[in-house]
Amino acid sequence: MINSVILIVMVIAALWTVLTRSLLKAAIGLALTSAIITIIMFRLNSPLAAVFELSVCTGLITAVFVSTISLTKPLTHRETIAVSKNRLRRYWYLPVIVVLSGILLSASNIQMDFTLPPKAAELDVRNVLWHMRQLDLFGQIVIILAGVFGVVTLFREKKNR
Amino acid sequence: MPSLLILMPLAGILILNLPFRDVMKKAAFWFAASLFTIQILLAVFHHPGFWSNSLERFDLIFKVSFIMDHLSFIVLLSIGIVSLASLMIAKCTMHDDEERFNFINLLIIASIGMSGIVMVKDVFSLYVFLEITSVSSFILIAFQKEKLALEGAFKYIILSAIATIMMLTAIALLMLVSGETSFSAIRMAINQSSHSYIILLAIGIFMCGLFIKGGLVPFHGWVPDAYSTAPAPVSVLLAGIVTKVSGIYTLIRITTSLFGFSTAITKILLLVGTASILVGAFAAIGQNDFKRMLAYSSISQVGYIILGFGTGTQLGVLGAVFHLFNHAIFKSLLFINSAAVEQELGTRDMDKMGGLSAKMPVTGATSVIALLSTSGIPPLAGFWSKVIIIIALWKSDNYAYAVIAVLASVLTLAYLLSMQRKVFFGKLGKGFENIKEACLGYRVASIALASITIGVGIFFPVIFYEFILPIKDILLK
Repeated sequence: MINSVILIVMVIAALWTVLTRSLLKAAIGLALTSAIITIIMFRLNSPLAAVFELSVCTGLITAVFVSTISLTKPLTHRETIAVSKNRLRRYWYLPVIVVLSGILLSASNIQMDFTLPPKAAELDVRNVLWHMRQLDLFGQIVIILAGVFGVVTLFREKKNR
Repeated sequence: MPSLLILMPLAGILILNLPFRDVMKKAAFWFAASLFTIQILLAVFHHPGFWSNSLERFDLIFKVSFIMDHLSFIVLLSIGIVSLASLMIAKCTMHDDEERFNFINLLIIASIGMSGIVMVKDVFSLYVFLEITSVSSFILIAFQKEKLALEGAFKYIILSAIATIMMLTAIALLMLVSGETSFSAIRMAINQSSHSYIILLAIGIFMCGLFIKGGLVPFHGWVPDAYSTAPAPVSVLLAGIVTKVSGIYTLIRITTSLFGFSTAITKILLLVGTASILVGAFAAIGQNDFKRMLAYSSISQVGYIILGFGTGTQLGVLGAVFHLFNHAIFKSLLFINSAAVEQELGTRDMDKMGGLSAKMPVTGATSVIALLSTSGIPPLAGFWSKVIIIIALWKSDNYAYAVIAVLASVLTLAYLLSMQRKVFFGKLGKGFENIKEACLGYRVASIALASITIGVGIFFPVIFYEFILPIKDILLK
């Protein structure tokens, strides 16, 4: 029951995020959605994943979004209304599909129609991260480097000739 | 020591970005050129001393095993060749040292991503390296911050993000079923519960994500904008290898290593392949924009790869992989030629061009070789791979698809000949009297790629038996 309520609140938060007119409110809505996902992860006994979700998605990414929004020129009130009306007219069916899919999936009797894998032994997260997923850590370093070059390249001022 | 193929470039990037920038900017080009050349040589000669041995001290810190089969070698070779070509033309198109330096860094990062995709044995690691390739591609498309390029990059980001969400969802479902993310564990779990709806859903979602990454119909919307608006070296990279590795190679690897060829999968692949061939060919016919026409041509040719692969037979898979390599070469060559023309003329509108072969003989001649190979004219490389695909379709009783593949080749010849006539033959366009041949980087890259196209065609028996035929082993796994 509690899980269903949390999931419904999460969907409402996500819908508000994409439908709100203000970019800043959308960033806050994303933080709120991530915070609710954190609660779900705690309830699913994944405290470390929840902590990562809270610190990175709710905290760091929201800070990055708010900083980027502060660098952009805001739309006028008239432009904002025109964009949001147009958007509602074009994409009204998407939230309807999401909500209907959620209702259909929860009402349907999905069976675990496969052989469950043997229960894995409890592994220390540090062991998994540093010894078993080294290649993924390496990949993360490379993605961060790519992001750094992206910022350097795309935010570089053009030289005056 | 295959891990050196991704560790050495990373070490190089870190060293290149130390202080002493002036020296490092000059060294960056030669470092990248050596990296790609070494990758080409290792992939061609595949000496067991490199591919089989491990570095003991490294293994203590970096315990990873990689896939090393003939499919990996062919794709690593394609990555090396196309990246080197892109690097060579960057020297001509990017005159600002800082801009070229940043491009080279991003090119090396993209090649790390692509090499990683080709070598990993784990579905989550595959996703991580796909993201490396995607992130570096977004930045490269928007590199020069032109308005249209930013729009193209934005479309690519959105569709790529949708593809990523689909793949991650599929990976989560596969992990639920298998308990792990390695190819072997997932394959075992799928074999045990092959009729599970959860597994079928995961397969379907994963394949949709890969169709988006590969730019296949009906998910091809981002391809013409991204290819045509990106800077010249980036168009070569995108069209030549990025979509092939991140979409098509991954599809081939995942299907042969994890999912297998069920009736449903072969039907979907045949339909998507045919749709891509026809939509791409018909859309290319009506184009005036040189690069946009080549983008639609790419969609069509990638459809041949999927069509061959969709037969599910050894011959079909061999034809698909061979066409993947050939397409990487001749499509890169066509994009290099279009970039050379655009740089000299300042326009991509083919209706304003004409008679350029007199002023740009190398570009014109290599363009003829590329278009003949694309259309499947003997004895060039493209002919052999298309013939193998058509024979595979016929032998697997897919007669209608074989006929469509042959007829679409005629369409391909039609629009490419039309391009050649408009751009290179006939009377010289107005105002182009003073144009000259493209700079050295363009000429070297185009002559090298044209030589490969001719060489692979003429020496087909050797190439086929040494490099292509051993790939059939991937179906035995």
